[in-house]
Amino acid sequence: MSDATTSGRLAHHFESLEQQHESALLGMWAFLAQEVMFFGGLFTCYVVYRNLYHDAFVEGSHHLDVFLGTVNTAVLIGSSLTIALGVRSAQLGRPRATAGFIGATIALALVFFGIKSVEYWAKYEHGLIPGLAWHPEPGASPQLGIFFGLYFVMTGMHALHMLIGLGLMVVVGWRALRGRYGPDNFIGVEVLGLYWHFVDLVWIFLFPLLYLLGRHAH
Amino acid sequence: MSVPGAATARTAEPSNYLNAEYSIKSWFLTLDHKRIGLLYLAGLTFFFTLGGLFAVLIRLELLTPEGDLFQSETYNKLFTMHGIFMVFFFLLPSIPAVLGNFFLPLMIGARDLAFPKLNLLSWYIYMVGGLFTLYAMVAGGVDTGWTFYTPYSSVYANSHVIAAALGIFISGFSSILTGVNFIATIHTMRAPGLTWFRMPLFVWAHYATSLIMVLGTPVIAITIVLVAIERLFGVGIFDPAKGGDPILFQHLFWFYSHPAVYIMILPGMGVISEIVACFSRKRIFGYHIIAMSSLAIAVLGFLVWGHHMFVSGQSIYAGILFSLLSMLVAIPSAIKVFNWTATLYRGSIRFDTPMLYTLGFIGLFTIGGLTGIFLASLAVDVHVHDTYFIVAHFHYVMVGGMVMAYLGGLHFYWPKMFGRLYPETLAKIAAVMIFVGFNLTFFPQFLLGYLGMPRRYHAYPEEFQVLNVLSTAGASILGLGFALPMGYLIWSLFRGKPAGNNPWGASGLEWQTQSPPISHNFDEVPIVTEEAYAYDTLRPPAAASPEQEEVLHV
Ligand SMILES: [Cu+2]
Repeated sequence: MSDATTSGRLAHHFESLEQQHESALLGMWAFLAQEVMFFGGLFTCYVVYRNLYHDAFVEGSHHLDVFLGTVNTAVLIGSSLTIALGVRSAQLGRPRATAGFIGATIALALVFFGIKSVEYWAKYEHGLIPGLAWHPEPGASPQLGIFFGLYFVMTGMHALHMLIGLGLMVVVGWRALRGRYGPDNFIGVEVLGLYWHFVDLVWIFLFPLLYLLGRHAH
Repeated sequence: MSVPGAATARTAEPSNYLNAEYSIKSWFLTLDHKRIGLLYLAGLTFFFTLGGLFAVLIRLELLTPEGDLFQSETYNKLFTMHGIFMVFFFLLPSIPAVLGNFFLPLMIGARDLAFPKLNLLSWYIYMVGGLFTLYAMVAGGVDTGWTFYTPYSSVYANSHVIAAALGIFISGFSSILTGVNFIATIHTMRAPGLTWFRMPLFVWAHYATSLIMVLGTPVIAITIVLVAIERLFGVGIFDPAKGGDPILFQHLFWFYSHPAVYIMILPGMGVISEIVACFSRKRIFGYHIIAMSSLAIAVLGFLVWGHHMFVSGQSIYAGILFSLLSMLVAIPSAIKVFNWTATLYRGSIRFDTPMLYTLGFIGLFTIGGLTGIFLASLAVDVHVHDTYFIVAHFHYVMVGGMVMAYLGGLHFYWPKMFGRLYPETLAKIAAVMIFVGFNLTFFPQFLLGYLGMPRRYHAYPEEFQVLNVLSTAGASILGLGFALPMGYLIWSLFRGKPAGNNPWGASGLEWQTQSPPISHNFDEVPIVTEEAYAYDTLRPPAAASPEQEEVLHV
C-alpha cells in the first residue's frame, strides 16, 4: 500500500488525490478483513478447546498476571488515542505534531513490549512455556499445555503485528517530519491508524479471553 | 517509466511496454502490471514443469502393479511434491496472477492496479515461498500429501514439513495481496461510464476470486503456523496424546482449501465467458446471472468444507448439512454452463484454438462438476473416499477445467500480450492432443476408483493394471500436448506473424489498445458507453476471409 499512500504525491496511475485516497483506504480495509480471518482461526481453536477443557483453561487464567494485563490494556488503548490524534494533526497540516503523536504511540508500544517481556519471563521461570520450559507443578491439569500453547501463539501473533506496526510508524513518522502529509493528503497516516486500531482491537479480545474468563470461579 | 529512446530507433516498432526498456533492472524492479504478469508467467511455467515431472514419475511407477521403480517413501514424496507445486505454485496463482494482472487494468480502462509496488512485492513473496518449497524438495522432500494431515505431519513425519509449510505460508501472502489489490482496483479505478454491470465477466470472476483469496487464505496461513509450532514445540494443539484434536486441523484446513478450489476455477470461468462470446460472435447469454453466480460460488464455497470429512468421524448431522450445501454449489456452476451453451446456440462459431480449449473446458468441467455431486452424496462418498475416483474428479475440475481455461486464455490473449500470432495449426493439434490425452489419463481413474483402487499407494492388485497402463499412456500424450505450446509460443515471440491490435475482432477495452500495449495502457482514459460483449454491433475480424475460416452456423 505504500506507493499510493505515503508518496505524498499523486501517483501516475490515479486520476485524482480523492481516487488515490479511496483506493488506499479500501485496500487497508480489505487487508484488515484478511487479518480478522487470520486471528479468527486462532479464536476458533480457543473456543473449541475452552469448550473441551474448561477446567484447564480456568486454571491457566489463574497463572496469568491480571494486573500486568490490565496495565497493558490501558497502555494499548492510550496508544490508540495517540495515533488517532496523529491522524487528526495530519489532517490539520501540523507535521511536527503528527510526528510527535506517532512518536508517543511508538513509546507506548515499547512500554507494552516491556511489560509483555516481564510476563513471558515469569512464565519461563515458572516452567509454563510448552516445548521450551515445561514443568508445571504436580497436579496441574493435563491439558494446561494447550492453554499455554494457545496463549503464546495468540499473544505472539499479536506482538508480531505490533512489531510490523512499529516499523510502519517509524517510516510514516519520519515522512511526517519531512512534511510529506498535508490537509489534502494524509492517507498514509490514516491507513497506519486503521492498522494500529485493529491491532489494539485484537488485544481487547485477547485480554478477557485469556486473563479474565473464569476467574470468578476461584 | 517508459523512456523510448534507442530502443524505438532499433526496432522501428512503436513504443510499447516490452521495448520501453531493456535492462534487467527494468524487469525485476518494474511496477508495470503487464511486466509483473510476465514475471509470474515465467515463475508459474517453471513450477508447472516441475510439478509435471513429478506426475511423470508417478505415472511411470503405476505402470506395473509391483512397487518396482520407487520405494513407498519415495513415492509418498513424489505425489506430495506434485500436489504442493501444482496447487500452491501453479493452480492458485495461474490465471489471476498472469492474465488477471495483465488484463484487469486494461479491461477496466485503468493505467495500472491500485498498488503497483504491492503487486511487485507479491511476485517476490511468491518466488521466495517457491524457493523455500524447492529447498524442502532438494533437502529430501515432504511425504505428508499436500493436505498435511495431523498428527502425521505434526508429530510423526520424518520429512521437511516445516520448510515446505513455511513456503506455502509465505506464498499465501502473495495471494492475499493480489486479492487486496484487485478488490481496491475494481472498486475505485474503473473508467468513466464503466458501471458494475458493464464490466466484463472476467473482471466479475476475478472480483469473486479476490474475495476468497482475502477471506480464505489467512485461515490456512494460521493453520500452517500451528502445524509448524506443533512440530517445533510439541504444544499438542493437534496431538490427541496431549488432548489436541486432529479433526480440528481438518476443519481449519478445508475451511480454506475447499474455497481454494474456487480460486482455482472461477478465474477460468471468467476467461471462458470472454472466449465463448468472442468466438460465437454473440452477446453473452444471461450476463447478470453469470456475474452473480460467480459471487454465489464464492459465498457458498465457504459453507461446504465438511464434505471432505464425511469419514473423519464428524457428526452425521453436520455431514448431512454439508452434503446438502455442497449440492447447492452445483446450481451456480450449472447456471454458467447453461449460459455458455445458450451463447453458443445460433452463434457464428469459429473453431480457433482458444475456442477448442473452451469447448474442452465446458465438457470436462461438466464431468468434473457432476462427479462432484456423487461425492457430495454421503453414501457414495463413503464408498469412493480416498480412491482414484476422487483423484479423477478433481483432476477433471483442475486440469480439465482450470488448465484448459488457462491455456485457452493464454492463446486468446497472446497476440495482445506480445503482438505476435502463434502458429494456428500446431496450436490446434496441441489442443486436441491435450483433450485426448487428458481423458485417456483420467477417465480410467474414475473406473479404478469405483472398483476400489485407493489413492496414494505405489503398488496395486494386478487386475487394475490395464486401466493404469491406459492412464499412463494418456499421460504421455498429455505431456507432449503441454510441451508443444511451450515450444511454439516461445518461437512465436520471435517469428510469429504480427497480430494487429484486435486479431479476434473482440469487444472490450483491452482490444482497443495497441498490441503490445503501451506502458501506461491508454493515452487517454477511455469512456465506456455500452455494455460488454456488444458483438451484434461489432464487425468480425477484417483478416478473416470466408474460405479460410470455418464459420459454422449452429
Ligand atoms: Cu471441497
